[in-house]
Amino acid sequence: MIKFFLMVNKQGQTRLSRYYEHVEINKRTMLEAEVIKKCLSRSKDQCSFIEYKDFKLVYRQYAALFVVVGINETENEMAVYELIHNFVEVLDKYFSRVVSEILTLIRNISYFSKLSYVSHLRE
Amino acid sequence: MPAPIRLRELIRTIRTARTQAEEREMIQKECAAIRSSFREEDNTYRCRNVAKLLYMHMLGYPAHFGQLECLKLIASQKFTDKRIGYLGAMLLLDERQDVHLLMTNCIKNDLNHSTQYVQGLALCTLGCMGSSEMCRDLAGEVEKLLKTSNSYLRKKAALCAVHVIRKVPELMEMFLPATKNLLNEKNHGVLHTSVVLLTEMCERSPDMLAHFRKLVPQLVRILKNLIMSGYSPEHDVSGISDPFLQVRILRLLRILGRNDDDSSEAMNDILAQVATNTETSKNVGNAILYETVLTIMDIKSESGLRVLAINILGRFLLNNDKNIRYVALTSLLKTVQTDHNAVQRHRSTIVDCLKDLDVSIKRRAMELSFALVNGNNVRGMMKELLYFLDSCEPEFKADCASGIFLAAEKYAPSKRWHIDTIMRVLTTAGSYVRDDAVPNLIQLITNSVEMHAYTVQRLYKAILGDYSQQPLVQVASWCIGEYGDLLVSGQCEEEEPIQATEDEVLDILESVLISNMSASVTRGYALTAIMKLSTRFTCTVNRIKKVVSIYGSSIDVELQQRAVEYNALFKKYDHMRPALLERMPVMEKVTTNGPTEIVQTNGETEPAVLETKPPPSGLQPASQANDLLDLLGGSDITPVIPTAPTSKPASAGGELLDLLGDLNLTGSPVSAPVPQIAQPPFLLDGLSSQPLFNDIAAGIPSITAYNKNGLKIDFTFERSNTNPSVTVITIQASNSTELDMTDFVFQAAVPKTFQLQLLSPSSSVIPAFNSGTITQVIKVLNPQKQQLRMRIKLTYNHKGSAMQDLAEVNNFPPQSWQ
Repeated sequence: MIKFFLMVNKQGQTRLSRYYEHVEINKRTMLEAEVIKKCLSRSKDQCSFIEYKDFKLVYRQYAALFVVVGINETENEMAVYELIHNFVEVLDKYFSRVVSEILTLIRNISYFSKLSYVSHLRE
Repeated sequence: MPAPIRLRELIRTIRTARTQAEEREMIQKECAAIRSSFREEDNTYRCRNVAKLLYMHMLGYPAHFGQLECLKLIASQKFTDKRIGYLGAMLLLDERQDVHLLMTNCIKNDLNHSTQYVQGLALCTLGCMGSSEMCRDLAGEVEKLLKTSNSYLRKKAALCAVHVIRKVPELMEMFLPATKNLLNEKNHGVLHTSVVLLTEMCERSPDMLAHFRKLVPQLVRILKNLIMSGYSPEHDVSGISDPFLQVRILRLLRILGRNDDDSSEAMNDILAQVATNTETSKNVGNAILYETVLTIMDIKSESGLRVLAINILGRFLLNNDKNIRYVALTSLLKTVQTDHNAVQRHRSTIVDCLKDLDVSIKRRAMELSFALVNGNNVRGMMKELLYFLDSCEPEFKADCASGIFLAAEKYAPSKRWHIDTIMRVLTTAGSYVRDDAVPNLIQLITNSVEMHAYTVQRLYKAILGDYSQQPLVQVASWCIGEYGDLLVSGQCEEEEPIQATEDEVLDILESVLISNMSASVTRGYALTAIMKLSTRFTCTVNRIKKVVSIYGSSIDVELQQRAVEYNALFKKYDHMRPALLERMPVMEKVTTNGPTEIVQTNGETEPAVLETKPPPSGLQPASQANDLLDLLGGSDITPVIPTAPTSKPASAGGELLDLLGDLNLTGSPVSAPVPQIAQPPFLLDGLSSQPLFNDIAAGIPSITAYNKNGLKIDFTFERSNTNPSVTVITIQASNSTELDMTDFVFQAAVPKTFQLQLLSPSSSVIPAFNSGTITQVIKVLNPQKQQLRMRIKLTYNHKGSAMQDLAEVNNFPPQSWQ
């Protein structure tokens, strides 16, 4: 089951967050900070799956943006990895040049959350 | 009031903030503006304001005041309003807020709306945050929508149903009829969500599982179409048609095929087909293969298929992509229990993964390596694992060390190898080993009698250089204390003996005592070791006395107590010192470490920190009798292994008090064997052949219990006035023949009304020509004051042959039992 879906930039600023389980709002910022710290400390040739507390993180880097998905053990890690890519491709097609136009992304936040619902489908 | 700024303006503004404080300021300003706008009940801009609020919420700022506004938006007729309203509801509301119930009516209306998009919105929201009450109310609507022909709605309704079932499992049956036609859809979206729904139902209810087993052929057919059909632009991901759906179906097949032969059989073909036909050049293909492998391992597949699966995993291991290797190691770990041999074939690759740079891979490889160790490959594997222990990150060291200990214990080819391995672990990762490793190792060392000299040499060398690793120092101090005489005498067959003088050894132990790096426990070990050496060493007794007396005023209470007691040993009980401090006997192996040992509080079991092994099994008391003498109970032949603990007092000063503490439990102070001396009650009963009691009943005559074939055994008696039912018998065995008697073992049995306790003998060799004797102490409890009778059994080796004899002793003097 997907626990959360994050898009965080290299400086640690959250660009998008979607939680599928209830997490306290102050805990969310902490979680995001920790998660991005872990992802930033990885080098390029290390694997994209990190064990964190009692669940796994699957992350993928697109230029300055990290997409991180938290999953539990029932989920196929590689399928989620593909899902992230699929998601970014869809955004790219829909908004064009997604990586650099993060502003566009967020501007259309409502559409964005609809697409987050697509991820919810992938549960 | 000017129109509130649009969301994108807000975002732009916030992104110009350079510090956290600036950002907070901007957001607070905006929040204030939004709040006032809400108060004014401004309909036109409400949706804009809520959108901004949601953005700020995502950044981590509180936004609860927007909840009611969301509800108002939902109730509005405009689609744009509804959209933002439902989004806000999904993000801000959940069942913890009471407000959410107000939504129920809105959702109900919207579920029946004419526009499918509005219906979709409502379904989304319900499926995201619906509470159990809401679900109960609206389940009927959802079910209706599940049967509609509109695929856009159907897929959302299916997901909503998943959520409803999760919240209210009783409603599962309601959705059952609607699922009949779900798999007949062409639309992948509907197919996908239907499979999710079916998976959820099967996972929750075994009845459903049985019911849906008949769907296996249909699922197989869908999967086949997916693989066989050509390129389909709608569903293509890197050349594979809808991999997400394929993975879902495989997962459902896994759940359906578990523990069921028929279904598994129906799936065999398709699984083999997927496994062989999927392209592995891209990650997508590998994802599908991974799921296939998991499914094959979980269902009752035929062996050919399982071998295929493990080979796929082996191929994954050789792949350059880290993700794939990680995934392969994870699945191999899951399957290693069942398909051990197949996994063994890939052992070398797995061991190579230990050297990988990636932390996740290393951890998996380590766990898998431990699972693969067996009797045949233990030497090679250990070498690799020890090398890994040297170079791995600290977070691994504790687990690796424990794993190595376990594996070494199970599969050690020889004692020397075992000791070497443990020593290697202690020297490389000494500070990370678990606490119970120290007593385990000590017990192992005591048990390998022939290795004592070698072990103590190696340990001495190890701490010469560096005594910062506590477990290593603890074990080393204990060994030096026990076998110090072997160390200085320089005998060792295995290695070159090192020249260590008594002073050098004492130097090392003293530096351990003084060092700031030593933990309090370690200091305790060192002090006791020094004390023990007072009987093993000959020239340095004065130095030892000095050291011990210095610590009599140590700040550390434990050390001080020990030092004071040892001091007293020197001063007043010097005659008892050799017996108290003599060598530890072989301890019986106890496999479990845990509370069970400490619970056996027959007084002699010590606190866990130091040597923890309880008295050997023969002495386990059924009842936790406080009376020391109650240990053996019954008239059975007492085991020869003497009460190990009674010689332990030497090693743990604090423990002496424990023994006495136990005696005192009966309420009477200083009972039975403890002499009536006005001293701190730590001295124990008869450990040596010296008379112990100051108030001995006037000389009971000694007897010769046995005299045959040159072997003579004399009994001398002592009794205390304070506890007349206890008789302490000291036996002395002497040998008048020309050859020594070796491996001498004395056993005794008494009638049921008596109780017997044998303490440790002074040695097991009786030298020839009466040049020496073996002494051993027997304590007999005779509460009913009956005539003392004893049957004894003697076994020894003499003139190259084993001798054994049984005899009865009836000539006890009446003063010994009346």
